[in-house]
Parts: sequence; structure tokens; C-alpha cells
Amino acid sequence: MIKGKFIDNLPKVYGIYTGGFLVFIILMAIAEQAGMTAKMIGIFFVSFTVAIYAIIGYLSRTIQVDAYYVAGRQVPTVFNGMATAADWMSGASFVAMAGGIYFKGYGYMALLVGWTGGYVLVASLLAPYLRKFGCYTVPDFIGTRYGGNVARLSAVLVLTVASFTYVTAQINATGTIASVALDIPFGIAVYVGLASILLCSMLGGMRAVTWTQVAQYIVLIIAYLLPVFWISNKMGAGVFPHLMLADEVARIAELESQFGLGTVKNSAADLATVPKGLAGITKAHSEVNTTPWKFISLAVCMMAGTASLPHVMMRYFTTPSVKAARRSVGWSLFFIFLLYCSAPMLATLSKLSLMDPTLPTGIIGKSIAEVQAIDWYQNWNQANLMFISDFNGNGTLELNEFFMGGKAVVLATPEIAGLPYVISGLVAAGGMAAAMSTADGLVLAIANALSHDLYYKIIDPKAETAKRLIVARVLLVIIGFAGATIAALEIQGILGSVIWAFDFAMSGLFFPLVLGVWWKRANAQGAVAGMLLGLASGTAYLVWVRTGGAGFWGITQLTFGIVGSLVSLVSMIVVSLITKAPDSATQKMVDEVRVPSGKTVLGKQH
Amino acid sequence: MSKQQQHWEKTRNLLFITLAIWFVFSIGIFFFGAEMEASSIRPFGYPLSYYMTCQGSLGIFVILIFWFAGRQEKIDEEFGFTEREDD
Repeated sequence: MIKGKFIDNLPKVYGIYTGGFLVFIILMAIAEQAGMTAKMIGIFFVSFTVAIYAIIGYLSRTIQVDAYYVAGRQVPTVFNGMATAADWMSGASFVAMAGGIYFKGYGYMALLVGWTGGYVLVASLLAPYLRKFGCYTVPDFIGTRYGGNVARLSAVLVLTVASFTYVTAQINATGTIASVALDIPFGIAVYVGLASILLCSMLGGMRAVTWTQVAQYIVLIIAYLLPVFWISNKMGAGVFPHLMLADEVARIAELESQFGLGTVKNSAADLATVPKGLAGITKAHSEVNTTPWKFISLAVCMMAGTASLPHVMMRYFTTPSVKAARRSVGWSLFFIFLLYCSAPMLATLSKLSLMDPTLPTGIIGKSIAEVQAIDWYQNWNQANLMFISDFNGNGTLELNEFFMGGKAVVLATPEIAGLPYVISGLVAAGGMAAAMSTADGLVLAIANALSHDLYYKIIDPKAETAKRLIVARVLLVIIGFAGATIAALEIQGILGSVIWAFDFAMSGLFFPLVLGVWWKRANAQGAVAGMLLGLASGTAYLVWVRTGGAGFWGITQLTFGIVGSLVSLVSMIVVSLITKAPDSATQKMVDEVRVPSGKTVLGKQH
Repeated sequence: MSKQQQHWEKTRNLLFITLAIWFVFSIGIFFFGAEMEASSIRPFGYPLSYYMTCQGSLGIFVILIFWFAGRQEKIDEEFGFTEREDD
């Protein structure tokens, strides 16, 4: 019903959608002036946007295999870029990243470099070649290139471990936002989040996920950029904050030394009274505060992880051509760049709003009683995201006496800076969009790998299309529920799990994928050794460090992918070389993958 | 050397150039974080180290990918390996 014509009309359709969303924001702003409560605004924002995604998901339902797995391979370059950006930017990017920069400064910004630099690897090493291959899933490539069910199964294993670690974090994030915005307990909110995720993906698979992700990107980017520009202009910091905040960055450094950052320290007994998960400012805002190796090792892990995460890679299977896949990576990164280069600006504006005593919003240096009486302080204190305490008993709030949760930087800054509540509602909708879009991509990546590679390719190769798609959908629901159940346990924070997922993916998949294209001599035995030993050694290192092990080379639990991928590389090369070279059919297949023109290696329907 | 081998050689050379540029801006310059901070080069007034981590390197990656895609398209064209539009 929307095929063909829909693709031709994409700019118009999403143009109308964006216009409609802006009108909705304005209507909400009017409603706020007319006296609508903050809570109602939050509920409207989240439920309205989620309903739209669900409708798109329903309209994109399909019963065709190639539409379900790769959106019929007809997603135009720029739109695929937007969908990938939404797929990529998760709750961690949207909600947690500015907070991380706010608290940890330069050392944390290694993530910005890593999460963008990885796309250069995607574009140059992998995406165009995997698109030429014509696979439905990442294990599909591994299984066909190397041959044999063991290789396919190993790839499914690595994919599942990495993506599942990631998806629990995203369902956790949807739950957090839904529980705040809709005012329901977290344990229930997690399942509300899950239901919305499944609504988007179940009926239409990749096709539905693609078109909802584009819609989600539009919401999340408006929700992120609007407050940054608004606050900057309101504060008089600059019309275009990205190029004009140098004075503010310098001003923060000045205030830091004035308020005794780094010289006034809290005692352990004082810190014990601070609620769990909240932190004070202990690191300088812009100063280089970490060793080169720490910075670089984290960036390297995130880059290699980017190039190995299946939910990103499979987005490039949906473009009409190899050339489009390549360009699409560029667009993806451009759309990601728009948000990533704004996160440090948001952190700067947020910190200055709170710190600068000459601004009306500044709280440091005010009396404790005065701060405790502020509305937003009370709200966020109640939500367990903000805390002050008069450690030195002088009745004045010092820099070291103010504590905040990482999420609060994005979620609370509009309120702190004195923006109308409608912006906070918008930000909640944006966070929801970011977490949902990533969760969608991940759940689909796992379910597709299990249904296509495990069920269809290994267990029942004669299964009919209808049965294959039913299996795919059943798996989608099961994986979603499993993810939500684990998310409800809240084992690891959002950001920690996300970083782990990158390390897992890098440990097991990076070299088997890259060498599959770039080294003809790589064979099945080598790839299996690379995937399994890489994953096992990375996991072992993580467990060792987590249980008090000393580690080596300064590799931490956030960068264990370095160990895993090195083991993977060495074992893959050694095992490949001591076993037989791949047969001539495989070698020919690799040659074909390297040429953009001609038929895909795997047929259109397989 | 066959057409295909020549094509692959050019493709590989482009990869090396791309990865070299990528290496400089994702890894290389961050060996010199402290030096960049002390540097008198201050884009838009920001310290160089701060600027590169929040905009500089990121922007260069975007440009690099589009440049790479353009060059690769030229190579494919040269050897007649361009896809038909309606493929």
C-alpha cells in the first residue's frame, strides 16, 4: 500500500511529519500557558510520539522475506543515514553522554572520538563489501564466506552476547524515561517501554524499524538541539553555541579555581551520606586530565566496536546499491555529528548555569536554605538525581557540596536554565526516541540472526516463508521479554553496559569480519578460532578485573576488547595458516565481493 | 595484471590513505593532549585539545568518509565496475 510511491515521496512525508511535530510542540507550549500541568505535558509528549511510531510500524507490516530482513533494499542514502543515526544514538548518547562530559571532562570525550571515528572503519573496511555480499544478517556473511555451520553459529553467539548486553541497557533507559514521564513504577515502566519497542518492529521487521527510526531521529535531534540553542541564547552566550562558547569554557575554568576545585576534598564519611549514583564535580571542565594511553585505548575500543556491532552493520544491507551504502555511512556520521558536537556544549551551558554566581540560575555560593527552596531542586531531589549537603557547616553551598546524577544534565538542564516545561517534555520524548530506536535495532538484530541463521539455515532449511517469518516474530517477542526482565534487575548502569557491548563485539567479530574481506587466505577454522577465543579471552579478562584482578597494560573493564581482539587476531592468523587454504570457489567469492558491480553473492531471496 | 587486480590495488591504496588520515585524527594527535592544550592554536578560542575532541576530529571524520566515497566511486568508474542505477 505504501510501496514504490511511498519511497518516492519520502522527503514530503517526513517534511509533513516534522512540521506536524513542531505544531504539536507549539500546541503544548500554548497548553502550558493555559495552565496544563507539567505531568500532563510529559504524558502527552511521550504517548503522542510513541503512538506515531506504532502507527508507522503498523503501516509498514510485511509478509515478504526481503522486506522483513533488509527493508526490500530500497532505503535511499540520506534516509538510511538518519535511520542509522537513530539506531546508533541510544539512551546512552542522548541521556548519559552530556552528563559524562559534565563530570569527567576531557577523559570522557574519548567516547565522542571513538563513537564517530569508528564510522571511517565501517565505510572503508566493511559496509560496501557486506552490501555487495547481499546477506540478510552479519552471521549470514560469516557463514557463507567461511562456510560451515560452526562459523555461522559462532557468529550468532558473539552477536547475541554483544547485542543482548546492549539491549538490556536500552530497555532500562526506556523504562527510566517512561517511569519519570508517565509517573509509574520502574518495574512496570520497563514493560511499557518493551511494548512500544515491539509495536514498532514486530509486524514489519527491518522495513518497519527503518521508517520508525527516521521518525525517531527527527524527534530526538529536535529535542537535543532546541534546548542547547535556547539556553545559549537566553544566557547571552552566543547565537550559535558550537562556535561561540570559548569564553564560557574559560569562565568555567576560572570559577573552578575560585571555588577550590581539586583543593577542597570531601571526607569519606561525608561522601557516604550522598545517595548512590550521584556525583560532584571533581574534574576540570576542559583541562587534559588523563594519560594519552587511557584516552586512546578507550577510543580504539569504541571504534573497533562500532565496526563490529551487527545492528549498525545491517542498516547498510538495506541500501539500493554498494555506492549508496558507502555514501550512506557518511550521512549517518553527519547526522550523528549534529548531536555529538552539541553534547559538550550542553555540558558547558549546564555547568555554567549552576556555577556562575553572576547568573540568576547559579546556585553555588548561595545559602543552603535558599537552594533547598528552589522548585526544580525539590523535584530532582525527589527523583533521586540531585543532592546538597552542608558538609562544612557554613550555611553556604560550596562546589564540593553539590551532587547530581549523570542523567540530570540532559533531563534537568532545561528546567534549571529556566526554560518552560514544554522543553522538558520534549527532551523526555527525545530520550525515549533514542532508547527505543536503538533497542528496536538490537532486538531485531538478535531475532534475525536466530531466525535466519540458526532456524532457517541450520535447523530447518526447507521452512516456508510464512513459517520463517512467524518464527522471526516469536523470537523477537521472546528476546524482548528476556531483555526487559534482565533490565528490571538493574545490574549495571546504562553507560557501563553499552561500553561492554562494544568490547564484546570487538573481541569476537572485528577481525573475522575485516579479514573475511581483506585476507583471502582466512579460512573457516581460523575464523572460528578468532571468534571463540577472542570472545572467551575478552570475557575472561573482564571477569578477572571485575573480581579484583590487577590487569595489565592499563587495560580496564571498559577496554577489555583490546585483549579479546588481539587474541582473536593472532589465533585467527595462526590457525588459518596451519590449516588448508579456502577452496577456489570461496576465493572467487571474495574476488566478487571486492567488485561493486554485478550480482550480489547471495541471491535476492535466500 | 588483470583489470580486477588493478582495481583492487587502487582500492587498497585508497584504504591505506584513508586509514592513515583516520589514524592521525583518532589516535595520533591524542598522544599529544597536553601539548595541544598548551598550543597557541585556538580554533574559535577553544583550547586545541578541547576543540579536537568535541568538534575537530569528529568533523574531519565526516568529511573523510565523503571524500573516500567519492574517490572510490572514481576508481570503480575507471575500471567500469560502476553499478547500474536500477540494480
